[in-house]
Amino acid sequence: MDILHEKKIKFLEMTANQIRQDIVNMLVEAGSGHSAGPLGMADIFTALYFHILNYNPKEPNWPGRDRLILSNGHICPAQYATLARAGYFHIEELKTLRKLGSRLQGHPRRGALPGVETTSGPLGSGLSQAAGMALAAKLDDKKHRIYCLMSDGEQDAGNTWEAAMFIGKNRLNNITAIIDRNNIQIDGFTEDVMPLESLKEKYEAFRWHVLEIDGHNIEAIVDACNEAKAIFEKPTLIIAHTIPGKGVSFMEQDYLWHGIPPNKEQAKAALVELRTLGGQIKSEHE
Amino acid sequence: MINEISKLNKKIFEAGIEQKPTRDGYGQGLVVAGEKDKNVVVLCADLTESTRSHWFKEKFPERFFEMGVAEQNMATVAAGLGISGKIPFISSYAVFSPGRNWEQIRTTIAYNDSNVKICGAHAGVSVGPDGATHQAVEDIATMRAMPNMKVFVPCDAIEAKKATVAAAQIWGPVYMRFAREKTPIMTTEETPFTPGKAYEMWNPPTGGKKPQAVIIGAGPVLYNALQAAKELEEEGIGTIVLNNHTIKPIDEKKIIELAKKCGAIVSVEEHNIVGGLGGAIAEVLAKNFPVPMEFIGMQDCFGESGAPDELIKKYGMGAEDIVKAAKKAIKRK
Repeated sequence: MDILHEKKIKFLEMTANQIRQDIVNMLVEAGSGHSAGPLGMADIFTALYFHILNYNPKEPNWPGRDRLILSNGHICPAQYATLARAGYFHIEELKTLRKLGSRLQGHPRRGALPGVETTSGPLGSGLSQAAGMALAAKLDDKKHRIYCLMSDGEQDAGNTWEAAMFIGKNRLNNITAIIDRNNIQIDGFTEDVMPLESLKEKYEAFRWHVLEIDGHNIEAIVDACNEAKAIFEKPTLIIAHTIPGKGVSFMEQDYLWHGIPPNKEQAKAALVELRTLGGQIKSEHE
Repeated sequence: MINEISKLNKKIFEAGIEQKPTRDGYGQGLVVAGEKDKNVVVLCADLTESTRSHWFKEKFPERFFEMGVAEQNMATVAAGLGISGKIPFISSYAVFSPGRNWEQIRTTIAYNDSNVKICGAHAGVSVGPDGATHQAVEDIATMRAMPNMKVFVPCDAIEAKKATVAAAQIWGPVYMRFAREKTPIMTTEETPFTPGKAYEMWNPPTGGKKPQAVIIGAGPVLYNALQAAKELEEEGIGTIVLNNHTIKPIDEKKIIELAKKCGAIVSVEEHNIVGGLGGAIAEVLAKNFPVPMEFIGMQDCFGESGAPDELIKKYGMGAEDIVKAAKKAIKRK
């Protein structure tokens, strides 16, 4: 892995911005899909694919690759855009999201698109699939890591906690799980829908090592992932505090943006905001 | 008479016929599969002895995983193992797996195309005294309706062992149904078992009259079907008994051939008559060659506590019920 110097951090931040623009473009083209989650997770996807994960886009099934399991499949626009930017397929294909015959299914399907490791969408099942992959790696004495991205909403699901218990019991230290703690889900704020706190204490009680970070701080994301690799006796959970809709001010923190796409006008406004870094770049006139 | 080619147990109609539960065959099959392939792993949800997974656990402890009472996690962990080159078998009672974890099986095993084998033990009403909560009568229907899923219902412990070993060798998701109670050993090691190929256990004596009906069954209730066929033969009514152990993919060719030959069909299963083996046969007939058909099985109701034989009798799955159904089907021609 490269050292994370100033220049690399800048590059990662700009890549995340580009991925956010891709997400907006994809969603407006598709006419349906989720906005808040994908935008909120752009920094984490970028840090993972452009600094942390071992993989080879030219050989997507390389056995030594790190696995990234996206449990909350509905934020797949973020993953699709990142995979395209990472060289798995052509950027142009992003426009086919959710369309008939597309490899970019509304929720990801394993085998449909290179780089997609599991089928997901129905919530609460990603962490246990990560557990299965981690077990297989242990049985075969393989050193790759399994990363599992989850939403906070899917912490409501019993299947998630069954997995957490099983992973804790088996000390699957080759798992790094990341919860997108953006505090929203379809019906409202997570603490109103079904109180989750204290997530940290809950996972610790399930024998996990738990870190809490700012999910938009590239350096913090990288540091946490590195710390997870160094923890030998336990699996690690990173609770990443994020802002849903991050980067597009009128979407930020609003749960109504969970499951809808921007219309053409909103998309235009969103893209201007992203391209000008929130109005900091004055040369762009739209 | 017994079809010679099927090489069934010669003592099949003797009083002291050997009896074993089909779950024993599953347990033995796991050990054989584990010996043949080091990628075979077994997961169990706190029913290790009940499902006979403990024989595998004793032999290959490093490849056995205790999941606790968590069938959803069991299915999804298996999905992860299955897409990582392992051949996981998940073991529980059919009401729980594929009952409680149906959506996990659908999304993460079937749609995900993960190489997982699902064992539903204690299926059917013959679980007995535990009552309807533990008697799966819908599992064939729910698994059969799932794309990319194969379904085996072995008739005795020997066939169950063969089905388990075969499941490990076939790529992709498979559901296998087993029972708790001891049931007669109808087949032998020499009896053919080819997934997707139904075979005749019984047919009229050579040179005798043309068969008037075909009784198509799956699972241990096939023993009742054979007894019914014997009784019918004594009354001068020739029938064929077909062991349709693979419900999906179903042996369409054989079913059409026999429908044409006999002109009447009785389906026999220890499962709801809605959506199970009977439903699968009816789909084949409706599309290709409709003939009168009668359905032996649970008549769209739940079971209850009782002794297995009492329940089979009460819910109309005994030999005498099959005899009546065959006569009715023949009359409707």
